[in-house]
Amino acid sequence: MRFESPTTTKAAATLLASESGVAHVLAGGTDLLVRMKMGSIEPDLVVDIKRIESLRTLKVAAAGVQIGAAVPAVRLGESDKLRSLWPGVVEAANLIGSDQIQGRCTVVGNLCNASPAADSVPALIAAGAKALVVGPKGKRRVAVEKVVLGPGRTSLARDEFIEAVVLPARTGKSADAYLRFTPRTEMDIAVVSAAINLTLSRGIVQSAKVVLGAVAPTAVIVPAAAKALIGTKLDDAALDKMVAACRAACNPIDDKRGTIAYRTKVAGVMARRAALIAYERAGGSK
Amino acid sequence: MNGVTVSAKVNGDAVQYVCPADESLLDVLRNRLNLTGVKEGCGTGDCGACSITLDGRLVCACLVLGAEAEGREIGTVEGLSEGGKLHPLQEEFIEKAALQCGICTPGFLVAAKSLLERNPNPTEEEIRYALAGNLCRCTGYDKIVRAVQSAAKIMRRGKKAAR
Repeated sequence: MRFESPTTTKAAATLLASESGVAHVLAGGTDLLVRMKMGSIEPDLVVDIKRIESLRTLKVAAAGVQIGAAVPAVRLGESDKLRSLWPGVVEAANLIGSDQIQGRCTVVGNLCNASPAADSVPALIAAGAKALVVGPKGKRRVAVEKVVLGPGRTSLARDEFIEAVVLPARTGKSADAYLRFTPRTEMDIAVVSAAINLTLSRGIVQSAKVVLGAVAPTAVIVPAAAKALIGTKLDDAALDKMVAACRAACNPIDDKRGTIAYRTKVAGVMARRAALIAYERAGGSK
Repeated sequence: MNGVTVSAKVNGDAVQYVCPADESLLDVLRNRLNLTGVKEGCGTGDCGACSITLDGRLVCACLVLGAEAEGREIGTVEGLSEGGKLHPLQEEFIEKAALQCGICTPGFLVAAKSLLERNPNPTEEEIRYALAGNLCRCTGYDKIVRAVQSAAKIMRRGKKAAR
């Protein structure tokens, strides 16, 4: 195995494009090194992107946020401004692993690992995040929900990588929230999760996005659930309608961590609670 | 060997080593630099026995490549004592009997030191969350939490006295 640590995205793209064997990008390494250790991958080339200055940058403004691919999750929680603009994205990213993992893991890595239970992915999708993809032919911008195709599979070409995710401008009274269910309080993987992003006007929901995690091969956007919230103050009837839409959108696996019936029921519970948290954060009161 | 040459700092001292590109920093520290205070438990980032600091951030050495450490500052449990005097956390782990077999202890000490640097007066809940990435199969954690609380108190008093 060769190890390279380029200092520009162009050099990284060239290294990946010119490798004939198996090449992997190394950011936080919290998934990659485990897979190497388990022998499930045997890279010929590992490209460490942490020496690329622009990828280590976290830009936070109301007009937009850019999270570089080499920014460890812990840094998201350290930004008061990011926590107030996108509290749901931050709480999702900060739920990944322990403090030790937080010091290394990245949201772009969480996305590219393509686990159905990834914590930051539903929150990024609810936020309307875009991934900035770099390849030998240049750059392209793609919605985060178009990146993950299924467990462990992404739409990236073998010579492409993501340099950052960007969150859109925040307007009006907006807030997001992320909740997951795990049997333990820490160091666990979501059995079910829900991310909600709301914008209010005079306490009434103007726009909404509802995304569920760990209930299908990829995170699931539930437009019918969002529609149930729009034009309401999250009264019980609206919430009941949203919960029913969420449950109808579930297509989970059945395993020792949760049965199909259990995951489907809890998806509605998580969505209801997350919606109420987002509503309150956005300044709504009932 | 198709090795990578690395210069880094460990506990303040400059070090140089050559390691294979796929060797973990954990193996480098233990087998090339003889810093055997860094323990291998799971090797997959779940147990925290290999906790170190990398440029001041708490990380698992098993999830870092040795090749990545070029120019970085590494802190291990061996750097906790100063001039032969144990760190208050080490003193209190002994005082409160916060260890039995001891294999998790270096990781707990490094993680607890990192916590107290960020938060000198943590609640019990904050301590338990901060140490959730460190597993201990002997103590049941309670004595570890008491030792960290006690060391935090001593360190706060020390800081006040120094002022």
